[in-house]
Amino acid sequence: MLELKFDKKKCADCKAVSCLVKCQYIDLNKTEAKKEWQKVINGEDSFVLDACTTCYACEEYCPFGNHPFYLIVERQEEKNVLAAPRALIKQWVNMCAPSGKFMLGDVKEKTASLCFMPRLGSLAQGKLFEDVATSWILGAEFFCNAVYLHFSRMSVIKERLPKIIDNISKQGIKELICLHDECYATYNSLAPAYGIDVPFKTIHYMEHLYQKLKENKAKIKPLNVKAAYQRNCSTRLVPQIDHFVDDIFGLIGVTRLDREYDRENALCCGALIWASKGYDAGHDVQQRNIDDMEKHGAEYCVFNCPACWDPLAEKVANRGIKPIHMIDLCKLAMGEEQALKLPEMPLEV
Amino acid sequence: MADVYESLVGIVGKNFVSNSKEERYFYARDPGLMPPHEPDYVVMPKTTEEVQQIVKLANRERVPIVPMGGGMALTGLVIPLKGGIVMDMKRMDKILEVNEKARYVVVEGGVPQGMLKEHLKKHHPDLRHSIPESPPITTIAANVVIHGQGRLTQQYGFNSDMVNGLEVVLPTGEICKIGSCAVSPYWFSKGPPMPDLSGLFLGWLGTTGIITKLGLKLYPRKKLKDMEIFVTDNGDLMPDIIYKITQLEVVEDLTPWTQPRPRMFEGNYHVSIFFTGDTEEELEFKRKMVWYGLKEYIDSKDGGFMMIPAELKATFMANPAKSMTNFADVRKGGGFEYSGPIIPTELYPSFVKKAEELAARYRVVQNCSGRVIQGGHCMMFSFAFTFNRADMDEMDRARKALHDAAEYALEKGGVLWKPTIFEQKMMIQRMDPNTLKLMKSIKRLLDPNGIMNPGNWEVN
Amino acid sequence: MQQYVNHIHRCFRCGYCKFPTHYVEFNCPPYKRFRFDTYSTGGRLWLTRAWLNNEVEWSERLAEILYTCTMCKNCTEQCPMGFAPDIVDWIVGARNDMVEKGKIPPRVAHFFEAVHGYGNPLKLLRSDRAAWANGTKKYARGDDYLLYVGCLGSYDENGQKVARSLVDVLNAAGVSFGILGEDEECCGNEIYMLGEAGLFQVLAEKNINKFKELEAKKVVTLCPHAYNAMKNHYPALGGSFQVYHYTQLLADLIGKGKLKLSSSKAKVTYQDPCFLGRYNQVYEEPRRVLKSIPGIELVEMERSRKDSFCCGGGGGNFVMDLLAGSEESPSRVRVREAHATGADTLAVACPSCLTMLTDAAKSEDLQGKLAVKDIAQIVKESLASEM
Repeated sequence: MLELKFDKKKCADCKAVSCLVKCQYIDLNKTEAKKEWQKVINGEDSFVLDACTTCYACEEYCPFGNHPFYLIVERQEEKNVLAAPRALIKQWVNMCAPSGKFMLGDVKEKTASLCFMPRLGSLAQGKLFEDVATSWILGAEFFCNAVYLHFSRMSVIKERLPKIIDNISKQGIKELICLHDECYATYNSLAPAYGIDVPFKTIHYMEHLYQKLKENKAKIKPLNVKAAYQRNCSTRLVPQIDHFVDDIFGLIGVTRLDREYDRENALCCGALIWASKGYDAGHDVQQRNIDDMEKHGAEYCVFNCPACWDPLAEKVANRGIKPIHMIDLCKLAMGEEQALKLPEMPLEV
Repeated sequence: MADVYESLVGIVGKNFVSNSKEERYFYARDPGLMPPHEPDYVVMPKTTEEVQQIVKLANRERVPIVPMGGGMALTGLVIPLKGGIVMDMKRMDKILEVNEKARYVVVEGGVPQGMLKEHLKKHHPDLRHSIPESPPITTIAANVVIHGQGRLTQQYGFNSDMVNGLEVVLPTGEICKIGSCAVSPYWFSKGPPMPDLSGLFLGWLGTTGIITKLGLKLYPRKKLKDMEIFVTDNGDLMPDIIYKITQLEVVEDLTPWTQPRPRMFEGNYHVSIFFTGDTEEELEFKRKMVWYGLKEYIDSKDGGFMMIPAELKATFMANPAKSMTNFADVRKGGGFEYSGPIIPTELYPSFVKKAEELAARYRVVQNCSGRVIQGGHCMMFSFAFTFNRADMDEMDRARKALHDAAEYALEKGGVLWKPTIFEQKMMIQRMDPNTLKLMKSIKRLLDPNGIMNPGNWEVN
Repeated sequence: MQQYVNHIHRCFRCGYCKFPTHYVEFNCPPYKRFRFDTYSTGGRLWLTRAWLNNEVEWSERLAEILYTCTMCKNCTEQCPMGFAPDIVDWIVGARNDMVEKGKIPPRVAHFFEAVHGYGNPLKLLRSDRAAWANGTKKYARGDDYLLYVGCLGSYDENGQKVARSLVDVLNAAGVSFGILGEDEECCGNEIYMLGEAGLFQVLAEKNINKFKELEAKKVVTLCPHAYNAMKNHYPALGGSFQVYHYTQLLADLIGKGKLKLSSSKAKVTYQDPCFLGRYNQVYEEPRRVLKSIPGIELVEMERSRKDSFCCGGGGGNFVMDLLAGSEESPSRVRVREAHATGADTLAVACPSCLTMLTDAAKSEDLQGKLAVKDIAQIVKESLASEM
């Protein structure tokens, strides 16, 4: 029975209650936050459970690494507070259930995980991936399961994740390049939070990109563009990789715009906020985010996560900002083509 | 019969008549479950005059005629139950006139849906017609004859409601104009302000005449289109959901659907909501109205809008929906058939349950889809079952499932759409006797020799 | 091939195979020509199944229906089903069965006899195979490219002009190449498509052995049919050499500045050959060649690239002509479409297309209004002032 490594004492000693005070969606002062957080700790009813937009930010805000967000998800499930409409929870639980249909490339000790997203396969091509492009795994059997944090279903993660890790390990993989930021977050934050052992080394794709860019420095043609970085939810679980964004941008001649909604104050893509809170909340989050990008003169919006693409890419494009995934941005700097693009033709009426 | 063949050759030319085994085999069948019945001849006329001559010949010789479009109704409606002549209309493929200001098109009786779509896109980009999901080879005329539905049906009614006039060759050989075109050079109405005679031909499954021309309403083509998919796990809420959406009067197409596979759809009820606009603002306004209209379900967590990846959206938005054809290969068997009763929306949840029950009982794969008709006055519900054409037992089970589905639909108050001959008989048994009598009189009047698609609407 | 027997029932006869991506016109050549549903791919597959199940006996009409397929692959491109990539193989498989049983139309039988006896379907003498060559050098070990001319390039009047033009162009570019002359064997592509697997193997192995004997590592073909056979079927029979269509080589030479092209004013439209386009996704190189000629304005027909409408010459029909005799014959439809673009020149990259469309232009009374030329000829003409 997997238990969350949550230490009540750390919260008891905490003066700042940053998890709730800094929350972008809940407006509480320290006193109110302390009181409300105690309710969550105690397993009592609290409006926090329903108000939570599952942006994951409080995991980053907590200075003690005491997993406030994972606790919220546990409590939501215990108290049957649904983070999203029931039908959507069912859809996602069904969609990513392992079913024996997975695909393997030429799996070696060092292999890339495409998680359950074929898009990652078309992204990870070209010079920067030439040593791993044929070594990959794809399928629900390798799906990181982090997404169930959005659906108040920690039980699904606890049930499936150990088997996923076992599936990966059984392939003989010793080093897993996580092309999906969420995978890296799962193996470096979520799994340890439940004491689940991860018997392989994980490499964030940005770390891989950075190394490869350094090796191919002579081939890089600086892009000399300004970019808004779209900092997604799962980065909050592993903020230690954020510096790679600056490192990569430095190599390829991209300016990371110092805008309001980046770094600790980033706004997520809003997809789950739309789904769970409705039009006004979802629209507001996206509008503020894109307004901020435009205000600062962004030429590109750089995505860390391919799942953020669908809710945001077309919207940023409509505002004259080019959407691009981080991998594609690096490929452009190498003189290669962008793989993940908006359809050229509009959908016919 | 050699005389009939020679006469047909004399009318259309040797290259467009066949009494060869190959054509007789192919035109005896459709991709549904109806057993085959071979015609004696297959003929392909090019003009109304050729059609007329063939009909006169058929009357003289008492030879049945079955007019045919794309042959994809799947319910055996163009299988020649009593042999005779199958008249493949697809050589009559001219688009004759588009009147932009009055928004109508006049086409010949064999124009395929796909060609009209492309013609309008190229030459009249502000206009479009109501395209059904059937393959693009299916014809405009055949679609209205069976009261088909399309992407504009939620707004404007059955595709047959969009008819603006007809030219028909009667079973006795006269060429007859129906609607405003009988009096005026304009094809702006299928009846009003005169008596509406189009009802003598629409829905009669080719038993009262052959459509050689028709006028069809066109509608504004907006510049932009988008969609949302609303999902609930509680099917009983669907009628209310449909009601709320239609109450807004802003959506173009509304198609509820359920399917057990892929797994992401299992156990849920979906409704695809399509809307159009000329600007992003208009589109966003309509999106907002739709979201607001269903807000209570989101708040109560009883339903929500799913995220639609770009690849999936392109599939849903394609018109016709090419992906629907894939259902035929789920069993690696090239077949599916559906019973599509027209029902009030309140019956939707029980019909879905029935489809699932039938699929389990007969061990066949099902999918249910539907289309809301004209603001929700009714809807088409499709019990679709797929089968492997090489597996006789599976075909038989699918037949039984469809039969039970049709019985259930009638029992609950539905009316069967494009019915097989068996379903026609079921409806005839239930029909008001005076209605039946009227149908009989009309058939006798129009087709005294009983040559037109005999076996169908056998009210005699 | 036999596996088609287990799958052919999966065709739903939905008719998507009759159209291109946009349903602007029918894109299946035999369906356009004959208009009975039996002549579309769905009809063909259902009838083949009926024949296998003994529901329909073999007849000349059945064989004609099967053999009027020009193997253009539009159906494969458009079919929505998972088995779409196999459709052409199924038709070849059915033809294999008919050939084995000796149940083929007379014209097909004559085609086989001609290739078997004379090494070409036109029944012309082997010794005349290099009559067009005008002393063009034969391939010797060490030459960069072996220029494979093919049957139409060697014997057909139009094809020979293309062969001579290409030789002149390659010489102007300083390419090291040679031909096989009378030693050249038919590539076998049509033989394969028509279902004579045994004869195909014989022809392919003769060519492969010849190439090996001469240590030819790079073969450039005049004709997309040969390109297709050598690229896709020869490797399984032991062929191991690189193969190019000549437009790919020309695009490369032009890109490297090896060809100096002078202005040649023309409004040109381009016919994508099936065996270059849909079969092998070579769409851009021919266009690049045309666009690199100063003065040429390239306009596209409504159906181009993967939606290109077949000239009707495939499946041996450039000789057998099973789709001839009507305004709706595919080649006549196509030249009308080319003319409608306003182009004065219809460019082709295949000697089969050249012959079919040249004859069609005459039938459509377009001589003087629409010139039909191979890309090699167009490039040669733009070199004329340099030579």
